[in-house]
Amino acid sequence: MTDRALVVVRAGALTTVQDLGRPGHAHLGVPPSGMLDVPAGLLAHRLVGNPASAALLETTLNGVDLRPRCAVTVAVTGAPCPVAVDGRPAAWGAPVRVPAGALLSVGAALSGVRSYVAVSGGLDVDPVLGSRATDLLSGLGPAPLADGTVLPLGPVTAAPARMDLAPQPAPPTELVLRIALGPRDDWFTPAALRTLTTRTYRVSATSNRIGLRTEGPPLERAVTRELPSEGVVSGAVQVPANGRPVIFLADRPTTGGYPVVAVVRPADLAAAAQAVPGTAVRFVRGR
Amino acid sequence: MNGTEAPEPASARATEAPASERRILPVGDSALLVELPCAAEAEALHAELVRLRAAGVFPAVRDLVPAARTVLLDGLTEPVHQVAARLAALPVPPVPPRTHEVVELPVRYDGPDLAEVADHWGVPVADVPRIHADLEFRVAFCGFAPGFGYLTGLPERYAVPRHATPRAAVPAGSVALAGPYTGVYPRSSPGGWQLIGRTEAVLWDHTRTPAALLSPGSRVRFRILGEAA
Repeated sequence: MTDRALVVVRAGALTTVQDLGRPGHAHLGVPPSGMLDVPAGLLAHRLVGNPASAALLETTLNGVDLRPRCAVTVAVTGAPCPVAVDGRPAAWGAPVRVPAGALLSVGAALSGVRSYVAVSGGLDVDPVLGSRATDLLSGLGPAPLADGTVLPLGPVTAAPARMDLAPQPAPPTELVLRIALGPRDDWFTPAALRTLTTRTYRVSATSNRIGLRTEGPPLERAVTRELPSEGVVSGAVQVPANGRPVIFLADRPTTGGYPVVAVVRPADLAAAAQAVPGTAVRFVRGR
Repeated sequence: MNGTEAPEPASARATEAPASERRILPVGDSALLVELPCAAEAEALHAELVRLRAAGVFPAVRDLVPAARTVLLDGLTEPVHQVAARLAALPVPPVPPRTHEVVELPVRYDGPDLAEVADHWGVPVADVPRIHADLEFRVAFCGFAPGFGYLTGLPERYAVPRHATPRAAVPAGSVALAGPYTGVYPRSSPGGWQLIGRTEAVLWDHTRTPAALLSPGSRVRFRILGEAA
């Protein structure tokens, strides 16, 4: 009998189960969650023959080591990193066959932040509100991986892709985020709006799945009263009390009490998820 | 930037804009934020949009998120300028008073802030449960945590401030007040609201359908437990 499961040998700094999240429950206070670099995650699924709705692993900076109890096909995408099977180098960004009981090592990111590890059949943990994603803000979904965690696998539904190496964008050395101003740009001074779109910010080391925090010149408010909480979107550029913009990512709250000066185009959020602390950030208006 | 359970009281600036004013603000390429002059109008617009969406009329949208005095439409499939034009002209009836079943929450009114709340209200401690349990509440919106509702219905004179320093851990089921709102903590979490009691009711259970006991529009009454004991 084949035991369709993966054993986590080394969990890494922060490895979570992710899929496309649980959008549509914001009115109940439920964040969307889901993989931060969606194109990278979906590519990994395609490489191993999984549907887009399947669940995979999202690592943070230093990878993960796994031992499947059955033979599987895996693909590692997103942040480039060394991949090995029982110590022998294997491909990143391509389907890799891992025999039952072999050790799959996904190493530390060479650049970028988050690697995605898709396994044929997908991770079959119990869904919550239709999603298997770990939501670090509200605690929904499975806990982040720990050494020894056993993850069940679903049935394989399709053959792996027949490509040797899939092209992927390199993690950004400079993060250029296209923004549309609003809804609360009128809560800031004209000088602050110029600062936002002309000065360079840096990715803060305190960034996480909730938001990409920045360091740089503070944005001065024209309206200084408190904002009654209002609904926010992914990609919202919220300006907290310290004046430094925060870009909301998948595990963001559903409402916020600080003004949102602008919204980042959804297509630019994948790069934001791969920007290491210290990366230069520029906000540019329009398309 | 984390979720906060303590928004600014909406009533504080209900008179800021003329009653007819409905501001429609851009939120990226596929969302709009409608700002209303007061909390009651925000509730009414949200209720009407939920009704129109359920009827398949308008709008095609992933999330309708009410808040203190706004409604966010996120995940619009039609061009936002078209939706904005329709929103500007949309007639919105007031919220009908009896559209939802009443959810009754049994409460043991023994919270650690009962005396402080009584002080703010200028009433004897023993009167706080009676006053609170005599009122009917409505979930204006949710946020802070899955299943945490901001309940309106407390008269303005009973608004209380939050604690300057939030508690590190508020137990699940705590019934609490802040500003014009009453809330019930779905799970143990940090929190700065004034705790007046506890309920055994399970506010959030993701294995249940629906997971949230309270959702925007729900009517709520609190029943005093242990009075006769």
